[in-house]
Amino acid sequence: MIARGTMHRGSALWIAALVHRLSGLALAIFLPLHFLALGLAIDGEAKLESFLRWTDQPLVKFAEGGLVFLLTVHLLGGLRVLVIENLDWRDGQKQLATLAAALSAIVAFIFLARVF
Amino acid sequence: MTMRLYLWQRATAALMVPLVLVHIAVIFYATRNGMTAADVLSRTRGSIVWASYYGLFVAAASIHAAIGVRNVLTEWSPLTDRRAGLFAIVLGLLLAALGARAVFAVVLS
Amino acid sequence: MDVELSVSLWRGGKDGRYETYSVPRRESQTVLDVVTFVQRHIDPTLSYRFACRVGVCGSCAMTVNGRPRWTCRTHVAKVAGGGHLEIGPLENLPVIKDLATDMEPFFEKWQKAQGVFAPTKTRHDEIEQIRPDSPPRRAVDAAIECINCGVCYAACDTVRWNQDYFGPAALTRAWTLLNDERDAGGTARLQAVAGAGGCHSCHSHQSCQELCPQALNPTAAIAGLKRRTTAAYLKGEIKA
Repeated sequence: MIARGTMHRGSALWIAALVHRLSGLALAIFLPLHFLALGLAIDGEAKLESFLRWTDQPLVKFAEGGLVFLLTVHLLGGLRVLVIENLDWRDGQKQLATLAAALSAIVAFIFLARVF
Repeated sequence: MTMRLYLWQRATAALMVPLVLVHIAVIFYATRNGMTAADVLSRTRGSIVWASYYGLFVAAASIHAAIGVRNVLTEWSPLTDRRAGLFAIVLGLLLAALGARAVFAVVLS
Repeated sequence: MDVELSVSLWRGGKDGRYETYSVPRRESQTVLDVVTFVQRHIDPTLSYRFACRVGVCGSCAMTVNGRPRWTCRTHVAKVAGGGHLEIGPLENLPVIKDLATDMEPFFEKWQKAQGVFAPTKTRHDEIEQIRPDSPPRRAVDAAIECINCGVCYAACDTVRWNQDYFGPAALTRAWTLLNDERDAGGTARLQAVAGAGGCHSCHSHQSCQELCPQALNPTAAIAGLKRRTTAAYLKGEIKA
């Protein structure tokens, strides 16, 4: 066992990086399924239509809200990194990261509000 | 990460910023209006615009996801860099193939 | 104030364990005072490093309650909230014994990142005129006060996850040299920080910036390296 230290996990920016990484992984896993679903149209409208109606279920809609959150938070977090790497340094990164998460939650919430 | 991988990752990321924003708008529009498959396909079939937009999106996402997953594997898994790279290439090709098929499905079917 | 403080210190090497000691509390006590007390009055076999005791040398860095810090500048009152302290060696470095780590990997990476000044003039040449308010000099001044304490290296997740990664300190030094008009390291140094273990592995977690006792910002310096290497690569000055 090596000497353990709990570090500074739990700092806003560490969480932001973790959320960014995990959301990316989740989206990478979701994407093939998304493509397969759309590919149903090859066999005609009916198959895609019955899939779309399946997604009308509240639980699925809720999961879709989660996906919207993941997509938005990955986008906004990534945008923050692109700014750090390509423009001059600006302070307030913790605030920006928190803002990104909050905005993503709002977007997901609006999505859910509109579909329910 | 090499210079080349870094640039492809960041470039596809930057490219996808507007693409994702449009996609989110599309999601909101389609789900709010309770669109049926027929509604969707009547808009996408034969459309050069949708084919180009989503074709570009699929290409960018495949590259971006592959490099991203490669990074995660090299840092968080015991795989060697080489094996992680191979896994990433397979993932990228899979996404590109399934994505191209999906674009084909909604534009040309 | 409690009369006694309970302190767990890492003893042994990689496969060691924490041992607990009881240390009298004192006014304005620092964590270094606590470690020193144990070595002088309880267990003389305890190994640890320090030198200046006043926050200018960087020798006494250790992991205190999970965070890497300078122990001479950490007041016990500030960190021992629950009346307990856990002190271990710096992370991400091999443990020699107890609280002393082997700093060699840290300095090897410094060399790999070419964090070494490459002179262009001799004593017989005119001294370079450098304006302190020029943008490159400002960039250097903001990043130059590193005293190699290793706190950033110990704090960095990317160092932990990627054995090749040079780490915040080495890359920050490379950045200062790239902005130094007198330095001739130029393209070779850019190539060094653009390769395996270089600046592109940084994920901008900013743990380094958060914990640097000198208030440096390696994340910003590394971002600067990313811009420089990208420009050089696109111009064909360095290879992938």
